[in-house]
Amino acid sequence: MAKTLFDKIWDSHVVTGIKDGPAVLYIDRHLIHEVTSPQAFAGLDKRGIRVFRPEKTVATPDHNVPTVNQHLTIQDLLSRTQVDKLTENTKRHGVQLYGLNSPNQGIVHVIGPELGFTQPGMTIVCGDSHTSTHGAFGCVAFGIGTSEVEMVLATQCVLQQKPRKMRITIDGTLGKGVTAKDIILYIISNISASGGTGYFIEYAGSAIRRLSMEGRMTICNMSIEMGARGGLISPDDTTFNYVKGREFAPKGAEWDKKLAYWKTLVSDPDAVFDQELRYDAADIEPMITYGTNPGMGVGITGSIPALSDIPETNRLTFEKAMHYMGFENGTAMLGKPVDFVFVGSCTNGRIEDLREFAAFVKGKKKSPRVTAWIVPGSRQVEKQALNEGIDKMLAEAGFELRQPGCSACLAMNDDKIPEGKYAVSTSNRNFEGRQGPGARTLLASPLTAAAAAVTGRITDPRDFL
Amino acid sequence: MSVDKFTTLTSACVPLPIENVDTDQIIPARFLKATTRDGFGENLFRDWRYDKENKPKSDFVLNNPTYSGKILVAGRNFGSGSSREHAAWAIFDHGFRVVISSFFADIFKNNALNNGLLPVQVSGSFLAAILKAVGSDPASKLEVNLEKQEVTILSTGQKEGFDINIYKKTCLLNGYDDIDYLLSIREKIVEFEKKI
Repeated sequence: MAKTLFDKIWDSHVVTGIKDGPAVLYIDRHLIHEVTSPQAFAGLDKRGIRVFRPEKTVATPDHNVPTVNQHLTIQDLLSRTQVDKLTENTKRHGVQLYGLNSPNQGIVHVIGPELGFTQPGMTIVCGDSHTSTHGAFGCVAFGIGTSEVEMVLATQCVLQQKPRKMRITIDGTLGKGVTAKDIILYIISNISASGGTGYFIEYAGSAIRRLSMEGRMTICNMSIEMGARGGLISPDDTTFNYVKGREFAPKGAEWDKKLAYWKTLVSDPDAVFDQELRYDAADIEPMITYGTNPGMGVGITGSIPALSDIPETNRLTFEKAMHYMGFENGTAMLGKPVDFVFVGSCTNGRIEDLREFAAFVKGKKKSPRVTAWIVPGSRQVEKQALNEGIDKMLAEAGFELRQPGCSACLAMNDDKIPEGKYAVSTSNRNFEGRQGPGARTLLASPLTAAAAAVTGRITDPRDFL
Repeated sequence: MSVDKFTTLTSACVPLPIENVDTDQIIPARFLKATTRDGFGENLFRDWRYDKENKPKSDFVLNNPTYSGKILVAGRNFGSGSSREHAAWAIFDHGFRVVISSFFADIFKNNALNNGLLPVQVSGSFLAAILKAVGSDPASKLEVNLEKQEVTILSTGQKEGFDINIYKKTCLLNGYDDIDYLLSIREKIVEFEKKI
């Protein structure tokens, strides 16, 4: 029977099924961080058991860490306790940790691919919803809760109901100044923040094929923002070239064997999806969000919908969002003032994102009204940026490169956007208070963030290209 | 180890007719710094519930003494966003045992079930009927019967069935835990590993 790429990976990892219940799914790779793992380790201790397959898990602190002075002791006592706990738990259970001063530390979803820990055909989980990022390599990767983290530590398996399958095809050529981030914000604005719930999404089409691994990761990363369990892209030469030579990547004869298998990771031509959507890349313009969920987005030259355009049952929620954002219905996005710019996160904190931002601001100056936080996704990204002179390009334009971590994406550390301020962010969520209590987030690409950073207003980056 | 058993619950409910209630609202990230599962209820809906000076906001339903009970009734797409299980812990810790909505986010649903918190998905029209009943009498009670998979609005007699995975239903009715089950099949897992 014809199978989708998702079916092929899922089916080959089912240990056993429970009658009328979920499947027992074997997990190839497990990533953990300081926030969602301590209670799972405590659970193991309570049961008196050890981590079952410690070599299949890697750990790094990212959610809670400061993005300045990382060589010093973490000042926030609770954050420090969580990071210390991760160190202690991983040491006790023989799990590889890339700690704060390791050259491999960074956001879990940035370091997994960088280390070659993420490989095509794998099942990958992490106690973080943006685990869907790894789907860019042709993986079944999804976020789990802490009870499930405990299951994986204890048995290398989780219990999961098989999701339905959706394929989203984007053919055609992207316009100038339109990036992977705009593709995914466009899709979410079309199908809403819950339009993918219950599905695993395969992204296909010529516009997806032409994307770099960084771009593909940005797309898969935000699958969860439409409620999908995850998203994946069939691996190709772009994928194989990225993985080859990385620390955990197969070597020699093992590489050849794996490569032959990876080349089979495509949806069969006659495979059936539960839902299929198609978009034309040429219809997409740089995107920006105006509301308090990632589905509330428009093209940058567009306007916030008028109240009359909103279905009656959604009006209460819409008006609440408008009140929180301090925006009027029906107004244009261009020209609205911007106070903060955040470039970083597992969505857009990779080297390509920093390159795009730096190339844009080169020869320009940061607007005096804007505070900008440029945060690399990992130590390796930071090192590469220094090697390429990106830090100097940024400094000349009035920007400073910080140290790696999740930072202002969820504002667990000190990087909080103040109440009432507007932040153009390259991260993934514009929920109320996500970037700090009362903070107002507008999600966009690194290019659109760069345009806002130099003008202090929402600006179409294409005006400068 | 086990979760609390759940069979039937009859209770008044707390209405929160907002759509897309994400887990950042249920428990903001800055309150995720604990290393145990306890005490998250204190910060449930923190920024909706308290102002900057940590004074309760009188217009938020959890601060309104008119409404009480162990059932939270929320708008469509409840629990979207972050996978933080702390959201389920916070709701449970506050005293809720059931959340009713017309649509749940996937990860939240799993997290809730793993903690003995029952997510009950009803139709949009039944959700509206519940909200109407609570609107006209805040003390009106609902009966949630897991065995029969049925919710009843006691004041009007209206009832609707709900779906739940049979495995998960058995777990909740008996207080079983997924990890106990997985540990019991470790040999099968080891056999599986030999094939890969």
